[in-house]
Amino acid sequence: MIHVTNLVKTFGEVKAVDDISFDVAAGEIFAFLGPNGAGKTTTIQMLTTLQRPTGGSMQLDGLDPVTQPLQARSRFGIVFQDPSLDSELTAYENMDLHGALYHVPRKIRRERTETLMKLFELWDRRDSMVKTYSGGMKRRLEIARGLLHTPRILFLDEPTLGLDPQSRNQLWTHVKHLNETEGVTVFLTTHYMDEAERTAHRIAIIDHGRIVAQGTAESLKQQTGAESLEGAFLALTGNTIRDERADSADQLRQIARMWRR
Amino acid sequence: MTVVYYLWLREVKRYLRSRPQIIGSIAQPLLYLLVLGFGLGPVFAQSGQGSYLQFIAPGVVGMAILFTSIFSGIGLLWDRQFGFLKETLVAPVPRLQIMLGRTLGGATIASIQGALILVVCIIAGFRPQSLAALPLALAFMLLVGLVFAGLGTAVGSTLKDMQGFQLIMNFLVMPIFFLSGALFPLNNLPAALTIATRADPLSYGIDGLRGALIGVTQFGVATNLSVLAVVASGFLVLGAWAFSRIQV
Repeated sequence: MIHVTNLVKTFGEVKAVDDISFDVAAGEIFAFLGPNGAGKTTTIQMLTTLQRPTGGSMQLDGLDPVTQPLQARSRFGIVFQDPSLDSELTAYENMDLHGALYHVPRKIRRERTETLMKLFELWDRRDSMVKTYSGGMKRRLEIARGLLHTPRILFLDEPTLGLDPQSRNQLWTHVKHLNETEGVTVFLTTHYMDEAERTAHRIAIIDHGRIVAQGTAESLKQQTGAESLEGAFLALTGNTIRDERADSADQLRQIARMWRR
Repeated sequence: MTVVYYLWLREVKRYLRSRPQIIGSIAQPLLYLLVLGFGLGPVFAQSGQGSYLQFIAPGVVGMAILFTSIFSGIGLLWDRQFGFLKETLVAPVPRLQIMLGRTLGGATIASIQGALILVVCIIAGFRPQSLAALPLALAFMLLVGLVFAGLGTAVGSTLKDMQGFQLIMNFLVMPIFFLSGALFPLNNLPAALTIATRADPLSYGIDGLRGALIGVTQFGVATNLSVLAVVASGFLVLGAWAFSRIQV
């Protein structure tokens, strides 16, 4: 379903993604784990047509995101690291707008919106402004929205960042359920090892833009002789803390936190 | 076209729902109108130019449109990191449609804002020459809105961080406002200032508004309309180009 070969992305001197290759089969849940600045988000941005790769090739459901961006975009849904809902509109309006953007016919749009919002337990609050939603509800709404156009692939970029354990748990239950019932392929990144271990079928560990290991959680533990996935992760990526240079997005994020947006 | 309409509708809905923002954005033009209008009124009248309130009201309307439309474009900077913009960039829709929906929405709310200020001016004592001229005034408002929503989109697509915003404010927006003839007549100026004011697209918008509302014009309606139309098209193309190059 996702096919990546020798993918490279450089920003000036820095190699954000350095020659990575991996495959994700249809119906699989695939997790990308890595320290800050390892290249997780950049990889997702290239796969989802937001960044152009410097080299290498990608295929999403047989389509190339670089040369066929419009077709490729209709095949996936995405939940970004930063919120991307319109908080001045109601939840229902957000869903409706998404449906319009993806050319979902009006009748189907209405039906799918109702089904998904009921599934994610948001239907009772459909006419509330998104700004009145809690963090967990917003995340659920974003996932529901990402599924409205029946994508074959769902990208989740650190979807549980800033959520309480209850919301995290509930979110992954939903994701697994969707994967089992609708057969959606899921590509996720997270910092929480337990989430990856519980949810993902296969895991790739990425560091300094390179994939240092991939396989099931079990096989990663065996490879490193560690007892837990966290142990395996630290064995593979080392204990040094990564000091990324704060970029403009980080600065904006700080301002956003200040204003609690 | 549906997509353009939906995105346009989104902008308008958001505007109409944000009452505090609407009231807040009336405050500044009102300050100019009342303080300068009445403060400089006696001096203006002594120099034989008539009522300053009559003169400055179209300028204040133009100012409101300039600020609203250019900020709607610069809002892109915020929107592409934390807002809804990213959602539209991964949708299977050509960027041009997204840019058009957003920019036309920005121009529309700027015009509504301008019309609102015009009403406030009338309450404060401004008297348009005739009601029949209002459609022409509205046409000028929309054109000014288009010019600066296009420019705002171009700037907002290129800016990288919030620091750049201050720069734009001080070196682009304020000069455009002060050189536009919103506050003083554009005749008998020193040569350098004359050139600068002629190069400012807002001059033609405010002169157009003045022509429609109080029947006094420097360049003539035809010149104003054509200059604004050309500049608006140019900025929209520039905005579309800059927008198409956004990488998140």
